[in-house]
This record gives sequence, C-alpha cells and structure tokens, in this order.
Amino acid sequence: MVTAPALGAAEGSSLRIRDASKTFHAADGTPVPVLDRLSLTVSAGELVSLVGPSGCGKSTLLRLIAGLDAPTAGELWVGSAPITGPSAERGLVFQDPSLFPWLTVRGNIEAGLVARGVLRRRRHEVDEYMALVGLIGFADAYPHQLSGGMAQRAALARALINHPKVLLLDEPLGSLDAFTRMQMQDEVLRLWQARSTTMLLVTHDIDEAVYMSDRIVLLTQRPCGVERTIDVDLERPRDRNSPGFLRLRAEILESLHFAGHTRFTQKSNGVFEETTESRRGDGDR
Amino acid sequence: MNTPAPPGAAAGRGPALAAVLAPVVAAVAALAVHLLLPNGQAPASGWTKRLPPWMRPYPIALEALLIALPLFATLEWLWQRVRPAAIRAAEPIAARFRACGQWLWEHSAWRRWVRIGVVLWGALFDLIRDLRPWGRRNAPLAAGIVVAFCAWDLVTLKLNWLTLPYFPGPDRVLAALVADRNRLIASTLFSLVLLLSGYAAGVVAGLVCGVLIGWFSRARYWGMPILRIFGPVPATALIPLVITLSSQSFISGAALIAFAVWFPATMLTSSGIANVRVSYLDVARTLGAGRLYLIFRVAVPSALPSVFLGLFMGLGAAFLTLIVAETVGVPDGLGLYLSWAAGYVEFDKVFASILIMVVFFSTLMTLLFKVRDRVLQWQKGVIKW
Repeated sequence: MVTAPALGAAEGSSLRIRDASKTFHAADGTPVPVLDRLSLTVSAGELVSLVGPSGCGKSTLLRLIAGLDAPTAGELWVGSAPITGPSAERGLVFQDPSLFPWLTVRGNIEAGLVARGVLRRRRHEVDEYMALVGLIGFADAYPHQLSGGMAQRAALARALINHPKVLLLDEPLGSLDAFTRMQMQDEVLRLWQARSTTMLLVTHDIDEAVYMSDRIVLLTQRPCGVERTIDVDLERPRDRNSPGFLRLRAEILESLHFAGHTRFTQKSNGVFEETTESRRGDGDR
Repeated sequence: MNTPAPPGAAAGRGPALAAVLAPVVAAVAALAVHLLLPNGQAPASGWTKRLPPWMRPYPIALEALLIALPLFATLEWLWQRVRPAAIRAAEPIAARFRACGQWLWEHSAWRRWVRIGVVLWGALFDLIRDLRPWGRRNAPLAAGIVVAFCAWDLVTLKLNWLTLPYFPGPDRVLAALVADRNRLIASTLFSLVLLLSGYAAGVVAGLVCGVLIGWFSRARYWGMPILRIFGPVPATALIPLVITLSSQSFISGAALIAFAVWFPATMLTSSGIANVRVSYLDVARTLGAGRLYLIFRVAVPSALPSVFLGLFMGLGAAFLTLIVAETVGVPDGLGLYLSWAAGYVEFDKVFASILIMVVFFSTLMTLLFKVRDRVLQWQKGVIKW
C-alpha cells in the first residue's frame, strides 16, 4: 500500500446548500429553471451520490458547488465559508477526463501545484500521487496514449494533489467499460477512505451509487430538487449480491420509475432532448 | 566469414540495389544526353564561358553523383559484412563509439587498413545515425531530380524547343550560380536578414494581438473590426505609401513584411484562443488557476495548432512581400538581383536566383515544420498532418 503525504489526515469539509436556485435563459429569453430551491447538507468526510433523471441539472449543481457558476438565488457553504468562486479546495473531475493534451501525465498532475505556485515546495509529492493512482510508469506519456481508465486515474490524481476539502465527481466513471469501472470504484473508495475527503458523486449507475455512497440523494425532474434521501447502511466493503444491496437497488429503481417517463425538454441552449431515467452514459450539462 | 544479418536485409537486397542504382542510371543518362547529343542552342557564352571547363558545374555534379553513389554503396556493403558485432550491439551512441575505438585498438596490429577504413566509414554513418533507410527512401526522389534536370537540358540546350536568351539550360544556370556567387550570397544574406526581421516582428505583433483579441472581449470588440478592415489589404499595395513614410528602406521593407505576417498570425491565434475547450478552463479554475495561468498555460498551448497554421500562412505571405518589396522599393536582395538580371536579359542569372529562392524558402518552411513538430509533439497520433 502506497502512502501519500497527508493520507489519513481528516481533510474533508462539510458542505451546506440552502435554497439554491439556478435559472438559465433560452435563446428567445424564456427563463429555464434548472435548480429550484435545492437544499442539501453533506457532512465532512461523507460520500454522497446524486442520482436523477438525465438532464435534470445534477451537473449544474456541481458547477455551483465548484464555483464555476453563481446561483440565481440561495447560498452555498463549504465549512463556514460561503462559495464565491472556483477554488483549489473544491476539486472537480468530469466524465471526460479533460486532461491537458499538451502536458504529459506528470505535467497534468503537477498542474494544480504550478497554478498555485507551490510546485517547487511540493514537487516530491507528484511521484507519490502517481503511485497512488497506479500510473508510475506513465509519467512521460501524453494523454492521447492513455486508455480511458488510465486517463481518469490521472484526472483523479490531478484533483487530489491539491488536497481538496470537497471532491466533486461528475460521472467520472461513466465512459469506462464495466470491468474497468468496477475496478475504479474500488480505487476511488480507497482514496476516499485514505483521505476522508468529502465526495459528491453524480452518477447514472444505481449499482455504483449503492456500492459507493454513505447516502444517496434522488433528484426530481427539472427543475431539480431533492426527491428523497436514502441512507446506505451496508457494511464496507460491500457485496453487490447481498440481499440488503439488492433491496436498496430495487427501491431506488422504483422511485426513479415513479418519477420518470419519456418526455422532451428544452435545454438551456435551446436544444430539445429526450429525457428518460434509463438513458445513461451521457452528460446532462 | 561470420556475417551477421544486416538490418537492411529485412527490406530485401533487390530494393536496396535499385535504390542505389536509380540515381546512378539517371545520372548516366543525363550525362550522355549532355555530352553526346549535339547542341541545338548556341554554345556556352557569357558567364559560362568565363569558367574553365573543369569548373562547369552541371557535368561535374553528374559525374560526382556517378562516382560517389556506387562508392558509398560499396563501402556500405562492405561495412555490413565486416561490422564487428560488438559495435552493432552497443546501444547508446556513446557506447558504440567506445566499442568502435576498442575494435580499432585491438585490430590495428592486423594492418588490414582496408578493413579498418571500411569500419571507419561505417562508423561515420552508423554511430551518428543509420542512413540506410533514409537513403533508400530518398533515392527515387534523387533520381527524379536528375531526370528533371536532364529533361530541362534536353528542351533547352539540346533540342532548342525553348530558346535563348529566355531559357538557358542547366549548365548555364549553374555556371551563373557559381560565377556570380559573391553577389548572390550577399543578396541572399540581405534577403534573409530582411525577411527574418520582418517575420519576427510580425509574429510577435500577431501573437500579442491574437492573445488580446482572443481572450479579452473588450479587445475583441475593437480589434476584430480593425483586423477585418485592414487585414485583407495586400501588404504589397502599401509599398508606395511606406516608402514615402520612411527614408530607411530596410525598415519600411521589414514593416511591410511584418504587416503581411501580422494578419494571418493574429487571426488564427485569436481564433485558437477563443475556441479553447471550456472544460480545460473549468478544470484549471478548480485547480486554483489565476488569470495568467489560464491564458498562458491553458489557452495559449491549446491554441498552438491554430497558431502554427497562422505562422505558415504568414511565412508564405512574407516570401511574397519580400520579393515584391525588393523588386519595387528596397534596393537590395534577391528580388533586386532578379529584376536587375531580367532587365539585362541575363536569364541564366534570373534562373540562378530563382533556384536560390527555391532552396531558401523551402528550407525556411521545413525549419518551421520541424519547430512545429517539436512543439506540438503532444498532438502526434491525435491529428494527421
């Protein structure tokens, strides 16, 4: 087992969202409410999954927490500090790893240190983080040479090296094949347990949500709000075939079926899209 | 004799032999055409006449090719047979040098100097870089070039389909190149300095303007109309204006070239910057990036492919502007040499200067390609050039 610096230290921070609303405007000026008075509290070190119909605004919520967009109304707090803009304390990993293609794996993982001007002091950590995500031999590879799983590992290391208090995962495993995905789920869990970072995971995969999270938040059709919250009281490591697991899975599926039926919605950019709860694997931003 | 399989063997002996023979056969044919066929055009005069017969470059070049290529090929063949295994096996270049030195040290007592000579020859190419694949790849091209010269010789000097004084044969043109070398070298150097100063100024201005226009919406609001209105004006149209503005013809020439480069460089830099994938910027922001990092470490590198497109277009525009400016306004350089030679109906010199431009410009282009390949290494496999 590789030990990275500050592993084990309690790094996570609580996250509070109170009545957050976000309204976009379509091309003709009609307001499109995406989030409607959504409230959510995540305690420090908790791993919470957000599950909901495609296009319901989960990614918008993550962007608000990351500080990339400002809410139309409402407040968001990390610990005791309000969120006013993007910051290194809230890391974000997309479904598309979005590695900088002009940098090697090492360069990508270093990026956060360079951006904050602490590379000189913390250069030694880069190797440790590469070991942490199992990319030791690939320091000088360029992103186009990596497989999907490896690229996503690099993206994780890039976010983790900043010691984020909250890690936002926007379907990070969505584009991986089933086998790699299960492997990466364990990987993410291992990182989460080692670092006790607060994690917020958006996913379309109910198995993934049940397998990984402390708590699952089911979201409603747009405008997005919390439909219900389910505590996952299964012991870790979890067995995907245990009766408790299957029961939870069935329960979530049922609530989603209850909420979902095929319909056409207009996205914020004016494009119509078909939305059902069974659509998977594509972003909903 | 214990002969290790040469690396060229994989490609087959036949193609290797053909690669060596193709330029040789072409050179024999070209030489035969040049020496044996009767001249249709008037025999050498002017520049060509001033050169002693042994300095006539065209037949000399062909003869050199005839002798050099088989010699190289023979030595190469011998090298494959005697190459000591120790040298072949040594992997880093430094280790190969050491192995080669050791072999020579051990075998010098044999006094088989031919063998040693061959090893030295092989070492020359083998230690630095394996030239065999390169030679095999480019031999047909070399043969093609020789054939083209032969055809040129045929339609001018030999058959007189293209007549003097406008179409001198390769012999005359190459002779002019050799005989008037001092002035040609001076002109080329002047053109090179003028081109590079103008190009450098244009690239710097283009990059700065491109980044500003691509990143800042205020700069875009004011910059785009200026770019759209003044950019498409051909730089050559401004020659009379620029010449009256400045008495320093070098500076006005450089400014014109810079202007010609500025437009495509700015246009493509700004479009590259403005089209950075938003997710790269988002990720960088969540990594704690400030504005400087976003511009210079995210937007600029991701815009580089587009920037290089602008640099290529700019280089083409710079060549054009250089020659026109030197012909019309700036009294020096290859452009002036060309128009001055044409004015005196010395077309051998005209062709000589064009030949120099061909080499000059294509070399600069190739250099830019090399720089691009080095800088955009990360794109390999992503985009086919």
